[in-house]
Order: sequence, then structure tokens, then C-alpha cells
Amino acid sequence: MSKCCSGNNTAKVDSALAVSHPPVQNCCSKENINGQAEAETTCSASRSQPVATVPPVKAVYQTAAEPSIDPTAYVLAAKDGLSSLNLIIDSIHCPSCIRLIEGNLKKLPGIKSARVNLSTKRLFVLWDEALTPAKAIIHKLDELDFPPTPFNPALLTSASEKEDKALLRAMGVAGFAAANVMLLSVAVWSGTDEMGPATRDLMHWVSALIALPTVAYSGQPFFRSAFAALKARSLNMDVPISLAVLLAVGMSVSETLQSAKHAYFDASVMLLFFLLIGRYLDRRMRSRAQSAAQNLLSLRAIAATVINEDGSRTSLPVEAIETGMKVAIAVGEKVPVDGRITSGKSELDTSLVTGESLPQIAETGDVVFAGTLNLAAPIEVKVTARDDQTLLSEIVRLMETAEQGRAKYVQLADRAAQIYAPAVHLLSALTFAGWWILGDGGWHPALMNAVAVLIITCPCALGLAVPTVQVVASGLLLKRGILVKAADGLERLADADAVVFDKTGTLTEGKPALINQASITENDLQLAASLALHSKHPLSKAVLKAFTGKPIPLTDIHEEAGQGLEGYLNNQRIRIGNRHWCGLDQSTDENETVSELWLSSSDNKLVRFTFTDRLRDDAVEAVALSARYLGSAELLSGDRKAAVTLAAKELGLKNWRAEANPKDKIIRLEELARENKKVLMIGDGLNDAPALATAFVSASPATASDISQTAADFVFQGNRLKPMIEAIAIARKAKALIFQNFGLAILYNTIAVPLAMAGYVTPLIAALAMSGSSIIVTLNALRLRLSEKES
Amino acid sequence: MSALVFLIPVALGLGLLGLVAFLWSLRSGQFDDLDGAAYRAVFDDDIVDPAEERSREVSKAPGKK
Repeated sequence: MSKCCSGNNTAKVDSALAVSHPPVQNCCSKENINGQAEAETTCSASRSQPVATVPPVKAVYQTAAEPSIDPTAYVLAAKDGLSSLNLIIDSIHCPSCIRLIEGNLKKLPGIKSARVNLSTKRLFVLWDEALTPAKAIIHKLDELDFPPTPFNPALLTSASEKEDKALLRAMGVAGFAAANVMLLSVAVWSGTDEMGPATRDLMHWVSALIALPTVAYSGQPFFRSAFAALKARSLNMDVPISLAVLLAVGMSVSETLQSAKHAYFDASVMLLFFLLIGRYLDRRMRSRAQSAAQNLLSLRAIAATVINEDGSRTSLPVEAIETGMKVAIAVGEKVPVDGRITSGKSELDTSLVTGESLPQIAETGDVVFAGTLNLAAPIEVKVTARDDQTLLSEIVRLMETAEQGRAKYVQLADRAAQIYAPAVHLLSALTFAGWWILGDGGWHPALMNAVAVLIITCPCALGLAVPTVQVVASGLLLKRGILVKAADGLERLADADAVVFDKTGTLTEGKPALINQASITENDLQLAASLALHSKHPLSKAVLKAFTGKPIPLTDIHEEAGQGLEGYLNNQRIRIGNRHWCGLDQSTDENETVSELWLSSSDNKLVRFTFTDRLRDDAVEAVALSARYLGSAELLSGDRKAAVTLAAKELGLKNWRAEANPKDKIIRLEELARENKKVLMIGDGLNDAPALATAFVSASPATASDISQTAADFVFQGNRLKPMIEAIAIARKAKALIFQNFGLAILYNTIAVPLAMAGYVTPLIAALAMSGSSIIVTLNALRLRLSEKES
Repeated sequence: MSALVFLIPVALGLGLLGLVAFLWSLRSGQFDDLDGAAYRAVFDDDIVDPAEERSREVSKAPGKK
């Protein structure tokens, strides 16, 4: 377990449970766990912590009966009157999570099956709804600290999963054929002299019987792609592959008909087998990143609570929400749609949308955007049409233009194919012409040797050169919590030579942290924390995070939205909240870079708590490292000037710009592109999404907005920024290895091709050469892992 | 050479058996979660209670001395 939990900030705490979680923003804020189990009792009352001492309070909306999410909209009817539910659980990380989730769910009555998929972080539950309501399942998972998100499998199970399986099936069939044909071929090769022609023919016929259907079935992925390329009047790697396989089989059949000595059945099926391995590895790497991306996207598709005209409430999937509907948004919920507030006053965390780090006040009549977080009080929102005035549509429009404008990057493998395919065909044609004109055997030996050239030029090594390295590299990155989303992401990352950072949520943690703890007495902090325990406001969470002791039980706690909290200790009133709430005058400094919270306790003493959006622990290091790797680094933020200046100074960044809107960011990136800079853009907010799409290569943290994660080529998890910068080194090493592999393939061809052209290649030599070069290329790719272990 | 009459079918039959087994396992979803399957093999039993597991880990600790 240590392996799986390493690099995780809660690893120490949870080690007894052998479960690790990423920091997620939900009600059971994991950052509170550090030694203060009591803090958890707010949401998981059934744990055997001193819960009885805390009286029920108004502000705590999540009680034992109320799960974090209403899954009813996603429950599907299954066979035998059972129901099924598909859930995404992002905090599934290690094998112990499987046991905890499956074991505990199976204890509930009526659960027929609960199956966790560790690769995709999804859970499938099949159960009898008459015995256990769906909410109880969600509640159980909340309790176990695995907050789930329901999803609709019909929307998520993509065609790519089917293609994965088809590829694997083709690979299995080719593997079976390769082994059996080889068995027969070895017999023919080793029995050259003793074996009679009748037996040899029998062997060849049996081989043909296996090889023909195999080629017809397993060769399809290549034939289809080659056909598509030819139709588009271009050449890809699959054209010479298809040609080699088809010609080898065709020629072997005609040779067998004439009861000739050599047949190339083994070469054709082995070629297919090796290439399918490469194709499958490539595919698996991509679909893994894809399923992770799908999980991220579906997080937006949480059910929304719609208020009907008669005042009743129903839970609907977000897809079903229409303009004009009224939606209720509870405290701590993400705003599911764009709309206008019709009732209620609250504070919204808009950091994902605007990059603004402090919460914004929102009242009736204000416009709210999908993706913002409701912090203080329940609000009701009327869904507005997505007219061109909304921020979201502006961002979507910018992104579309950015994606169209992005110069198409030609992948290394395709570039290689553009040189390789014509060269192979030319050599093969030359061989045919040479033997026909110069030789005395006519067209037959000429064709034999031309086909031998096609087979021996070994697209195997070339076909494996790129995917093997990429699989190893993305495996290494995955261990560091980095998902490679774009197929050509690694190649582009290796070429990057400049970096642009966003501030809020990228260089900073994106949530406030207490900064004046030194000037606050332990007693005051304890009081504040005991009260803050009952609120989900980010400032309350920040107080809790700073506090490591035991909270004191208070009575009559209540929260006033947008103001603060109140509670009693021995009949003495204690308040935390804004200035006004604690009896100070309203005036606050406009240029303030910190948020504040006041504590007023019995003796009329006022204590000020100040908070700021702190830089990530390794931000300074990461910026320094990126400057070393990439030369230039700059900061583009949508936040206020005062906050950005401060951050830039701390990070030692000379180039920075504040109050940049999405368009400004794109303009700056285009400027850099004109200077021939290949920019790596790292950002998280919705306001960064167009910039992420514009940049040469882009990355965003897993806490970023959905659209940003979709736009980014890389997604990194956890609290650290440095692994993402270190990924550049891995990408560069991977690129070097890919070139080495190409070099090896070329070296091999310079030896083998003349032999084939001269007519010295027998099926035995072809088989040896093919497997030999494939193995060498694969081993070379694995060196990436070795060199990582040493460092 | 008459041995070939059944040796070849036997060899092919065994190969086919392997192929059928592979296709069956693919169809029944055994390739859906390769990462999870790697770990499921080493689960000793269904320990489901976090508290129970914690106490197990604690009781294991002195044994290491």
C-alpha cells in the first residue's frame, strides 16, 4: 500500500485504514482529517467519534439520513426486478479501496453484486431496491469517505471500449495462429532434407487453413486504416503493412499450389500478431486516459434539484434541464447551469470560472455560471438561455476558434511513415524490375524477392517503435499522478520551450489558508475551530485545517448566511464571521489581498484571522525548474493586480500580467507563438480553457473546471505542481528513445534489405529478423523505466 | 509419418482450446479491469470493516518484532 499512497498528503493519517484519498472538495473535507477525527463528525455521524456532544445545528445540512448526492435519477432497472446503479468514485486508489467498498456494500441488505473497477475508478451495484434505497448506498459510500458521482452508462460507455475488445480479440486470434503456423513451419524448416514433398505440402496446406481466416479477421484494423488513407490519397504506416501481409499470404498460397519449397504463412501472421500488440498497447494507453477524462466530464452531470410549478422538487440529470426551469442549489453544491438568481443571497466561489480567489457575494437578479460553488446559503436559480452574453458561451466560442487555429501537429510515427512507405514500395518495385530484367527466371523469382523485401523491411519494428516508448512513458507519468490525455501530448511536451502559468488554483492551492496563526492564541484558535466545525464556508475549513487540537462542544450553534456563525459556551456567546457580524464597522480596505474573519468571544475581545490563497508548497521550486527546462516562464492571471504582484514576487517571476480576461490570455499566447515559442500552458479555470486550447501543449490540475480538463493535453492530480514540470524531462527522454528506435529500425533495414534484394532471404531468416528487431525495439523502450529507477 | 494424422489435429485442437478460453474470458469481462484483477488475486478474505482491519494491522505489528 505504501506505493499507492505515496505522494498523498493524507497518507500518514489514513495508513491504519490502508486507504488513501486525494484531496477532494466535498463535505467531508479530507484536509480536516489530520489528527482531528472529530471534525469529520459533521458529516459522518455514525462513526464512533464523540458525536453525541455536538447538538444538531441548522447549518449542518448533511445528516445521517441525507446522502451527499441524490442518485434516484440514475437508477436503472435490471433483470429480475433488481436495480442497477453506476457510480464514479474518484478516490479509489489502491486495492484496499476495492475491499472496503465491495465488502461494506455487500453487508447492506438486498445487494446482489458490487463490483469496483480499479482501472476506471467506477463502481457497479446491482441490488433489490425494495430492501435498500439507492440513497442508502450513497450514504454508505459517503460514510466510508468515498464520495460517489452517479453516471449514465449509456452516455459514458463509448464506442472505443468496443473497439478495444475487438482489437484484443484480433490479437488473440493472431497469437493463436502465429503459434500454430510457427509449429508447422519449424517442422518444415528443420526437415528440409528428410521431409518428403507430400508432407511438406500437407504442412503448408494446414498453415494456409489457419493463416487465411486469421489474416481476413485480424488484419481488418490495418486494412481499414490503409484503405482510408489511400482513399484520402495519402500513405500511412498501414499501407505497406497491409500490402506486405496480403502479398505474403497470396504468394504463399500460389507457392503451395505449385508445391514449392517455401511459404511465408508464418511471416504474415507473425507480422499481424506483433503489430496488433503494438496497436493494443497504444490503444489501451489512450482509452485509459479517455476513461479518466470521461469520469471528469461526468462530474458535471450531477443531478440538479428542479422546483416544479406546484412547489414540489424533483431530481433531474443536468442533461434534462431546460431553459426557464427553476433550480434549487443547496449550500456546498456546484451550480449546475447558467442562470439568474430568483431568491436567496449567498456567496459563490467563482475561482474556477474567473480566477478570482476570494468568494463573491451573489444576490437576487445576479447571473450565476455553471461550475461555481455555492458557499453560504441555499439559492434558487432560473435557468437562462445560453445567449451570447453569457461567459460560458463566450468561452466556448473562443475555444472553438482556438482549436481551429491550432496548427495540426504531425506525429512522429506519421512523419516516419511518410518517408518509409514510399521508400519500401520503391525498393520492392526496384527488386522486382531488377530480377525480371537482369535475372533469367522470369517474373516468378522476381515477385518472390519483391515480396521478401516487403516482408523483411519489417514494419514491425517501426510499428512498435513509437507505442512501446509511449506506453512506458505514460505509465511512468501515471505513477506520478499525471494523465496523458492527447495521443501526441508527450511528443509536443518534449518540444515545448516556454511556459505560461495561471495563478489561482494552479500556482496557488485555490483555497484560502490561515496566515496569521502566529499572532493568535491557542485558545482563540480552539474556540474559532469549534465553531467553524459547523460550517462549510472555505474560511471555516481553513481555520479547521490550521487547528490540530480537540474542539470544545458548543451549544445553540447557528449560521447566518453571508455573515458568520454563532454558538454558546457556558451561556456565553461566541461569534465568528465578518466585521459587521462581530460588531465592527463595515469599512474594509479595497486593496486588501487577504480575506479576514473575526472572532468575538465572551470578554468582548476581537481577534482577527487573516487568510490568503497560499502558493502550492512546491510552486517556487516548480517555477525555478520550469525556467531551467524551458528558459522562459510567465504568469497570466485573471485575479486582481495586488494579489498577482505578490505572487509573482514570491515566485521570482519577472513577466506577469494581472486582470487578464480569456481573450487577453489568447492574445498573449499568440504573441508568443509568433516569436516561434512553443508554449506549455498550465491553468485550471474556465477562463483558462481557451488559452489551454490555443497553447502548443497544455496541462491542468485535476481540480480544474471540466472544460479546462477537456481542453488540456495533460491532467495532473494531487497537491504538487513539480511532477508536471518533471514530466518534461520524461517526455524528452521518451522522444530521444523513439528516435533511437527509428535508428535501430533503419540500421536493421540497411542490413536486411540488401540481403532480401539479392534473394538470400528464406522464410526462416525473415521470421528471425522480424522477431529479433521487434524484441530489440521493445527492450530499448523499457530502458526508459530503468533510467527512471536510477535517478 | 502416420503419427502426424493425429498429432497435427491434437496440436491445433489444444491451440483452439486456448483461443476459445481467451475469447470466453474476454466476453465475460475478465479483461475489463486488469489493474484490479492483479490485486484481487492476493486478497485473503473479505475484511470489510475499517476498524477490524485497523485492529488486524495493530495486532500484526507486535508479531514483527
